[in-house]
This record gives sequence, C-alpha cells and structure tokens, in this order.
Amino acid sequence: MDPNGSLIFPSQVSTIAPEVDALFDFILYLSIIFFILVVGGTFYFAWKYRKKGEDTFTKDLSHNNMLEVLWTVIPTILVFIIFVWGFKSYMKMTIPPDTSMEIKVTGQKWFWTFNYAEGATTTNELVVPVNQPVRLLMSSNDVIHSFYVPNFRTKMDVLPNRYTQLWFEATETGEYNLFCTEYCGKGHSEMIGKVKVLARADYDAWLAGAGNAGANMKPEEFGAKLYKDKACFTCHSIDGSPLVGPSFKGIFGRTEKMTDGSEITADENYIRESILEPQAKVVQGFQPIMPTYQGVLKDEEIDALIAYFKTLK
Amino acid sequence: MSVATTANYLNAEKGIKSWLFTLDHKRIGLMYLFAVMTSFFLGGVFALLIRLELLHPGQDFFTADTYNQLFTLHGAVMIFLFIIPAIPAALGNFVLPLMLGAKDVAFPRLNLASFYIYVVGALFALYSIVAGAVDTGWTFYTPYSTTTSTSVISMTMGAFILGFSSIFTGVNFIATIHKMRAPGMTWFKMPLMVWALYATSIIQVLATPVLGITLLLLVIERTVGIGIFDPAMGGDPVLFQHFFWFYSHPAVYIMVLPGMGIISELVATFSKKKIFGYKLIAYSSLGIALISFLVWGHHMFTSGQSEFSSMVFSFLTFFVGIPSGIKMFNWLATMYKGRITFEAPMLYTIAFMFLFAIGGFTGIMLGAISIDIHMHDTYFVVAHFHYTMMGGTVIAFLGGLHYWWPKIWGRMYNEKLAKVAWAFIFVGFNVTFFTQFFLGSQGMPRRYYNYLDQYQPLHMYSTYGSWMLGVGFLIMAYYLIYSIYKGPKAPNNPWGALSMEWQTTSPPIQHNFEDQPVLEHEPYDYDTRMVVNDELIKKEDVKEKEDINV
Amino acid sequence: MEQAEKHPSYLQHHFADMAQQTDAAKLGMWVFLVTEVLLFGGLFGFYTFFRAWYPEMFMEAHKYLDVTMGTTNTFVLITSSLTMALAIRAMQLGKKKQTIAYLAGTLFFAAVFLVIKYFEYSHKFHMGMLPGKFYTFEGIQAANPHIFFSVYFTMTGLHGIHVIIGMIIITWVMIRTMRDEFSPEYYNPIELTGLYWHLVDLIWIFLFPLLYLIG
Repeated sequence: MDPNGSLIFPSQVSTIAPEVDALFDFILYLSIIFFILVVGGTFYFAWKYRKKGEDTFTKDLSHNNMLEVLWTVIPTILVFIIFVWGFKSYMKMTIPPDTSMEIKVTGQKWFWTFNYAEGATTTNELVVPVNQPVRLLMSSNDVIHSFYVPNFRTKMDVLPNRYTQLWFEATETGEYNLFCTEYCGKGHSEMIGKVKVLARADYDAWLAGAGNAGANMKPEEFGAKLYKDKACFTCHSIDGSPLVGPSFKGIFGRTEKMTDGSEITADENYIRESILEPQAKVVQGFQPIMPTYQGVLKDEEIDALIAYFKTLK
Repeated sequence: MSVATTANYLNAEKGIKSWLFTLDHKRIGLMYLFAVMTSFFLGGVFALLIRLELLHPGQDFFTADTYNQLFTLHGAVMIFLFIIPAIPAALGNFVLPLMLGAKDVAFPRLNLASFYIYVVGALFALYSIVAGAVDTGWTFYTPYSTTTSTSVISMTMGAFILGFSSIFTGVNFIATIHKMRAPGMTWFKMPLMVWALYATSIIQVLATPVLGITLLLLVIERTVGIGIFDPAMGGDPVLFQHFFWFYSHPAVYIMVLPGMGIISELVATFSKKKIFGYKLIAYSSLGIALISFLVWGHHMFTSGQSEFSSMVFSFLTFFVGIPSGIKMFNWLATMYKGRITFEAPMLYTIAFMFLFAIGGFTGIMLGAISIDIHMHDTYFVVAHFHYTMMGGTVIAFLGGLHYWWPKIWGRMYNEKLAKVAWAFIFVGFNVTFFTQFFLGSQGMPRRYYNYLDQYQPLHMYSTYGSWMLGVGFLIMAYYLIYSIYKGPKAPNNPWGALSMEWQTTSPPIQHNFEDQPVLEHEPYDYDTRMVVNDELIKKEDVKEKEDINV
Repeated sequence: MEQAEKHPSYLQHHFADMAQQTDAAKLGMWVFLVTEVLLFGGLFGFYTFFRAWYPEMFMEAHKYLDVTMGTTNTFVLITSSLTMALAIRAMQLGKKKQTIAYLAGTLFFAAVFLVIKYFEYSHKFHMGMLPGKFYTFEGIQAANPHIFFSVYFTMTGLHGIHVIIGMIIITWVMIRTMRDEFSPEYYNPIELTGLYWHLVDLIWIFLFPLLYLIG
C-alpha cells in the first residue's frame, strides 16, 4: 500500500483527486448508514421475531403506501445528488485547461512511449512538471490499452484507430505508478511505467538533457540504461531464461535456428535488423510479435545496446 | 437408489434412454442441474488456480499465457455455462410448472432441445481448451480477440450456440407463464419467483440475439476478415464493446433477477409472513428488465465514448439501482413481526441481504462517473461484481437449491453440515472479496498475472479466503450427494410453504399433480393459512373450533 | 380413460384443451419472431453505424448492386407470402390438394429467389466485390468500400440462410399435409410456418431499400 495514502486510496497527487475521494467518502458514509438500516435491520428482526414456541398465524401486513413511497423517493433523491456530483467532477476531468502542455502517448504491446514537443522521447517514464496542467494525446499501435495513474485518479483507454485524451495537473513531486488497465495479452501485467513529477526547474533541466542522454556515459553503461528505460526487459531477460522473446544472455555471437529453418549467428547487423524490423528473422520457438523500434531508438542508442549485449556473457 | 414406495418422476421410467429422451420438465431440469454443477465445479477449480498464482507476485505456478487462459475460462465457464442457466434452466425448469400448477412447460420438446443445444455449446466452449485455450477474457474485446493466436472461434461459437439454448428457455417460460397457469391463478396471485422468471425470460429473448449476432460477426471477422472491427480496415473495435454490453449488461439481470425471485420465496416462507409490497416487487422486476437495456455504456466510461453518452448512461444506471433497493426494503419489512426459523435456506437469505447490499452500494459508487474513472478495470470492479453475482445470484441459487432439494429428491440433507458449509462459504467469500475492494481502490488493475509487492498482503488474504470457500463447497457436495442416497425421507412440505409446488408429493409424481390443482389460497397467505406436518390449517376452521370449545 | 376421449391425438397431454395449446404455440412463435427481429436488428445497427461513418462510400458502392434483380426478388418473395397465406386458407376450408399446391408454389418462389441471389453473388465474386480482406475490386473511389460488401454479404447471407430454413420447414409441413395430419380443426403448424415465412419476407422488404436503393 501507498505509505502516504489512506486505507482506501493512494495519496492524492492531482487537482482532481480530492474531489473524487470526497464523493467516494460521501457515498461510503451513506452506504454505511443504509447498511446498518437494512442489514442491521435484518439481523435485528431475525433475532426479535425468531420462532418462539407454537406455530401461529402472522399479521396481515401486505403493504404500506407511505413506507414504500418513502423508500423509493429518498434513495432516488440521494442517487440524483450523487449523479450530479459525479458528473460535475467528470466534466472537470475531461476538459483540459487552455494552459495545458501536450505530450503524445503511444501504447503498444507492452510499453508506453512518450513524445515531447521539444523532441525528447521516453519509454515507460512520463516526466512532467508539478502544478502544470498536462494534456496527453494518446493512441495505440496495436490493441486497446488503458492509461491509468492511481495517484491522479485518472484513466483513459488508448485506442488503435483514433486519439483519446486525458489531462491532469500533478500537485506533488515524486514518482507514481502508471498501469495499463485494458487487458492486452501476455505482457499486460508488465506494462507498468512511472510518472515522475519534477519541480519546474528540475523538469527544465531534465528536458534540456533528455535530447542527448548518455553523452557522458560509456556505451555499454548507456546500453544497460536503455535496456531498462526502453522496457526491453519486459520480454527479454539477461539471466538466460526465455520470456516472450529470447534471452539477451550471451546473445552476441550466439547461433540460433530461425523459424524458416536457417541458422544465423547474431552479429551487429542482425541485432540492428531485429530491433528495426523484428519480423524479418524470428528465432524458432518464439512468436513474431515484437513491435518495431524504428523512430523510438536513435542510431547511437542502438550502438549502445549492441555494446551492452556484448558484455552479457 | 430410491426406496420411495410411491411412483414418482424419478422411478416411473427406468434406463438411461428414459432420461436422455425425456420430455418431463423435472428430469430436464435435473439434467441441467447436473450440467451446471459440473460447470460450476470446473469454473471453481479455475478460480482456485487463479488465486493460487496470485498468492505471491511473480511467476509461481503458471506462465502468463496459462494464467490468461485460466481467467478467461473462469469467466466464460462461470457466466455462459453456469450462472446464466443455473437458476432459470435448472431450478426454474423444475419448479416453474409446479408453481403454476401445470403438468409441464408449454413446449416440452423445445425444452429438451434447449438442453442439448446447451450441451453442444458447452462442448464447443470446452473444445477451445484443447485447441489452444482462449486468452481474451470472457468479454472478447476486439481487436485483441481478432489478432490473438488462440482458439477464439470455438469459444465464441460456443457462446453463440449457448445463446440459442437461453432464448429457447425464455420463449418456453413466457408461453408457459402466459398460458399454463392453474385456474384461479391470476397474474398477481403468482409466486414472485414466477414474476422474476418472467422478467428474466423477457431479457433472454430480447438481448441474447444481439449478442448472438455480435459474436457471429466476431467469428466471421476472424475467419474471412470482413473488417468491421478492424481499425486497419476502417472498422471500429469500440463498436464491438457497444454491442457486447448491449447484451451483457441486461445479462447480469438475467443472472440476478431469478436470484431475487428465490429470495422473495425464501424470506416469506421462513418468516411465515405475507410478502410485503407484492406488487412493488413484481413491478420492480419488470422495471429492472426494461431499464437494464439502457445502461450498457456504464462499462465504457473510459472507452472514449462521448461525454454526453457517459452522462446519460450514468444517470440511467442509478435508476436501475432503485428497484433493487426497493426489493431489499420489502424483504426486510416482510421479516417484521414474522415467525422466523433458521434452516439453511433462510441462512442463505440472510447472507444474500448482507452481500447483495454491499454489492449494491459499491455499484452506486461505480455508477458515479468520476469514481468509476478511477475504479474501472481494477479489483474494485472485480469485487463489486463478485458481490452481486456470487454474493447475490450464487448465494440465492444455493438457498433455492437447499429449499427445493427435498422436493427434487424426496430426501432431506443434513441440516448441521449445511450450516457448517454455509459458515465456511459466508466467511470465505467475504475474506476473498472484501479484500479486493481495497486492492482495487489502491489501484491494482484486474487481469494482472504479476503485481507490485505493495499489493501482496491483500492478495494473500484473498487467496486464503478462496481456500475457505473451496472447503465450504466440498462439504456441501458431500452432504448433498450423500442425502440423495441415504438422506431421511422428506415430507411433502418440509418448510410449511403455501405455493403450489409443495402441494404435490416429494418427489412429485410424473405429471406433477393427481388432478388439475385449483388456486385456493395465495402463495403468501400466512395470515390465514399454515401448514403443519403436511396439513393445511385454515384460520376460519381454528376459530370455529375455538368458538365451539368456548 | 375418459381423458383419452377428450384428448384428440394432436392435443399434447400437458394441455387442458386445444385452445390452450394453440394459444401457447402462437404466443411462443411470436416471441421467437421477436428474437429474430432483434437478431437482424443487431445487423441493422451495424449497418446504421457504418453508413453514418461512410455515407459517400455507401452511396458509391450500392450502385454496384443490381436493382433489377433485387426488385424481381422482392416481388418473388411477396408472391410467395401470398401463396403461403392461401395455403393456410385452403387448409381452413379443408382443401388438402389446394394446400399442397400452394405450399409447393411457395417453395418454388423461394427457390427462384435463391437462384436469382446466386446469380447476383457469383457476379460479385467474379468482380472481386467480396467482403473484407478478399475485396479486390478497384472501381470504387471512396475509402473502405469492402465494408459495404461485408455488410451486404452478412445481411443478405443471414437472410438467405433463413430462406433455406424456411424451405425445409415448408417441405416438412407439406409432407405432414400429405399424410393427412392436418384438418380445419388442426392446422396450427402450417399457420406458424406462415408466420415465420412472412417474417423472412418482411426482413427482405427492409433489406432491399437499405442496400439497393440508397439515396
């Protein structure tokens, strides 16, 4: 559980979260009152009117118009209040303020890609400034996914044939979970990312550096970072165990049998091709389901990954 | 197996053929009962395996693929093979003609046909396990379902065929209720179970064909690629969701309405009280049936449908909640000044009130759009629908099963063991699913094979609860099966109920009643009638005697 | 065995009298027809969505349907409905031979409908106007023309299956008529078959303008 959250909810980190929680609490208290009334009443009557002694005829109480009108009308009024309240907050959730910054989100099996107007691209890590409305323009490359950040109390499906949008304004810096909540197959439960909320200055610094990340790193270190950042680990292990795809352990120079029967020894060109055109040659025993990283990885990043693979003996 | 001396529907004809080709609604009901209980067992095993895998994060027993197939099978088997036919086709088939004072349903051959269509549909669905089990979830959302490599076709064909079985049962029941009532039984003198089955049948008949055509289109999409759900070909995957939920939301009322009907019977019988607000309960069943067709979009608040649609669907969703609430109050009022006894069926009634109340309240929470945005596709929703479907329908089904068990077999089950099993199920259920409300509100998404460490403690309790549930059901299986062979002989009317099915022998004779019964008192006239040791005592007579004595 | 005297052979044991049996059967049939309407209703729903999304494409694609053949088929089916109604009338009057003749007539018109449909289909197949991914025709400029043909083939295909089922049932009641199972007192199966057949026609009467006569 979220150490900063309550028993019921994770901590509130968006402008809309307190409103959602307040409505929830309202319904919760109403529910408790009605629960005591109905279920408490059931237990009380069960005890009070339990059969004592001989069989008898019971009272002819077939209906009572006053009572029946009451327990129709009162709940109707209450749910109407709830409806209006819920709908009002929902409208706030759906209409992004004019001052919103925009980030393009792409969901695919099984990772998230975030494209910033300034040119930066991240995978499974959405970095946003605090106290700044952010509008996400989202689409999917394959099946339906759903973008969900519990701390923001916000969620929207990501569809393959149209854009959907979602906006939020984070109110506290920190790292928060990002889940995919529309079932999308084998890696659905691994399609987890982070939302990093930074103070304005930190965000600007990050954005300036995001374009040339890895500039100060050794290629294999940068490759190791990319392996994590770009979510390669979702499908490829580095300990030799096969996941959705073959393991990267000892991949460089390994000879593998392909689905078409040919044998290929993995060299720089093969690895590059497998990243950019994953379906061109598929190792036997695996399905051709890897998405292309064309446009997601730059040349120097692919170089760094290859350098990293060489270290995985 | 039976030592009953009198001829009844169980021993009137012998041999396997007399069962396989029977036109007797009671035998068909029993065959259905056997089939749905087998499905329930299968679905239950899948559920236990799912919970086992979720005991710890990471891969413990199954791979992600196997896990995905398990939850798909659990959902599909429980919904299409168990819960939809459980009350109407199994129990309803048995009791409906008896309650109406009829010899059979209107179309006995159609009834048998619907059973065999069910069997064929079930075989298709089960074949999919052998042929590379489906991993789409029971909702078959496109485009995942049109692109995954698993055997979606046989599973959807299975569901399509099962739809026909459901439609035929619905047609049969509607005609039976309209035309086969005993002389004197007007619409408002029918038991409320019959009203509930009537409302259920209307939904079955109106909603199922739409699911049928949608699933058929999904099959055609997969086989010849007509492209209507395929975004790459100008189709729309969300269209599938609309059509799917247009059926599947009313379908949850196909599941729960008959359960409510059972509760109406049980609460009156075991309180020995006239049901409170008969007409309101009857109308609320019809009200639920009608409004249920207008709320499907509440499954799609996050799907990108327009804000206006979301608003309308949210609004209507609350109004489908009101009739259910009304019923709860009426049942409570029925208990007031009753003469309540606590046999197993009544315990299930109390459990139903408890669990269904929680299911209902969380439903109101989910109906509020802003909360649903947070809760949608999390364990909160999973917990909510298990509270309504299992805590509501299955618990009512079990109540009904125990209630009519002596009528079905002419044998009593072991009341003590029944109470023990009830306790295990009630506690186990709450441990399993109450924890999941917290998992969900804390953000745990559903259909996750692996999860973050922070959710582990609650998942662990939930799994422990599932084991308690399993134990409860094992005990129940034991004493129920035992009672068929060795249970003490049941009287004709062990509970002192006043509806017509108790006026014939236990088990009933082949044609239900010796003579055409005529309605002499209403099903809930506990103010003027009571049954003691199978004997009807009228208030008038008692008074006369007292007067004479004085 | 007093009961047996009151029960003619065609009255099933669980009904009290003929009126109850006939009423129940008719009600059952009407309810079943409602499910049929909803089955096609689902398809009409899909049709509506796609036509709203791609109005120009529907306009352009529908021109490739043969209106003459469609119109002919409409008349053929309406005529078959008439012969079906006449068959029921004939049995009410106890004229067995006429009944058989009218039922045969209905079967004939149903067969004509299917033959015309066959020519329409084979022409479309030949031109490559096939549903979904098999679509190869290049004469339509608007986007996603295959969707129109997906809708066209599913709707008319499902309707065609209903025509075939109808023919099987008509054949069955015709055989029963020949076996003298029906009389002016008992002709319910023919009447119910008639109800079903009229629905099949009615669905076509909706399909025809929606597919052939757009705009």
